[in-house]
Amino acid sequence: MSTTATVPQRKTWSGGKSPFNVSYGKLMMWYFLMSDAFTFGAFLISYGTIRFSSASWPNPNLVFDSMPFLGGGYPLVFVSIMTFILIASSVTMVLAVQAGHRMDKAAVAKYMVWTIIGGTAFLGCQAWEWSNLIGEGAFWGQIPTEGHEGLKFMNMDGTVPTTNFSNYFFTITGFHGFHVFSGVVINIIMLIQTLKGTFERRGHYEMIEKAGLYWHFVDLVWVFVFTCFYLF
Amino acid sequence: MSQHNAAAEHGTHNAGGNTKLVLRTLGILSAITIIELFVGMYLAPKLMGTDPHSSLKIWFNIFYLVCTLAKAFYIVSEFMHLGHEVKNLIMTIVFPLFLFVWFIIAFLWEGSSYKNLRDTYNPKVPVKGVHTTTPEHHGPTPAKVPQ
Repeated sequence: MSTTATVPQRKTWSGGKSPFNVSYGKLMMWYFLMSDAFTFGAFLISYGTIRFSSASWPNPNLVFDSMPFLGGGYPLVFVSIMTFILIASSVTMVLAVQAGHRMDKAAVAKYMVWTIIGGTAFLGCQAWEWSNLIGEGAFWGQIPTEGHEGLKFMNMDGTVPTTNFSNYFFTITGFHGFHVFSGVVINIIMLIQTLKGTFERRGHYEMIEKAGLYWHFVDLVWVFVFTCFYLF
Repeated sequence: MSQHNAAAEHGTHNAGGNTKLVLRTLGILSAITIIELFVGMYLAPKLMGTDPHSSLKIWFNIFYLVCTLAKAFYIVSEFMHLGHEVKNLIMTIVFPLFLFVWFIIAFLWEGSSYKNLRDTYNPKVPVKGVHTTTPEHHGPTPAKVPQ
């Protein structure tokens, strides 16, 4: 064992070293995220299939035009604020990981707090958007067809919309929101462990990196949800 | 424990923090998002008007798709650090995702074919959606599923 371990220039897969140069936990996090990408992909492609099989579809520029305190007439503004919040929280997460590499406990804690604030702000925005849409009469199995809301949710060719639009919207943004929520919970646990000094005693902050991978993945999925629901 | 130390060590190849690189990535992501929003909020409605069957729509969608994939690349490559990992690791993550190429083409084709078949074989009932089997006399208040 020791003789093989001292031979220089071993082949990558001949044992005794990590061929992918990452720890087991990080590698498995990558494979989990890949499988999660297929789950989200299946949802979004299912949405695409139904949309392609429909003669027409509601206009996102009309449906998503509300702002808190300001009312309607601001297409895409609120959702772009949500997007920037999530990107910003991804950046603070990267800064937390880099602080972990420097073994800088105070900086890790600081940036984790910012990341948690960003995630919570995103969840708050999503809660507002959901309650706004529910208030207008859209929900699983429901879509407004009459009055002012009926005009907002009308298909682009002027026909009456089906509930497919609201079903897919609430399912996919709900599934994403649940990921954000669990990401915030994981980040809070990481913050507590950082403050307790668990990672400092362990000698590395790799758990922050694993939580960070999950958090960036949530941001990544939002990029696709944003395009599929708000731009297409 | 030695394993852990090794993990911590090779994690440090960008230690000290490439804060500049992170801010550059942030700048790129923000710029792409702002361009997308400008096109989505202003340019597309201006050029296409209210025509739901505008032939420009497909080009706008391709544009959004390219922007989305560019953003995804920067998030995965820089924020998730995959671009700086061992090539074999990158391959095991990226190659399975090519299944999406088949997945997307096959299922969107299927959806579009379903619509065309309904238009061909049942042209008198205009297609209003997937699960509505509303008879013609129903007028403009169907679609709401009975609770």
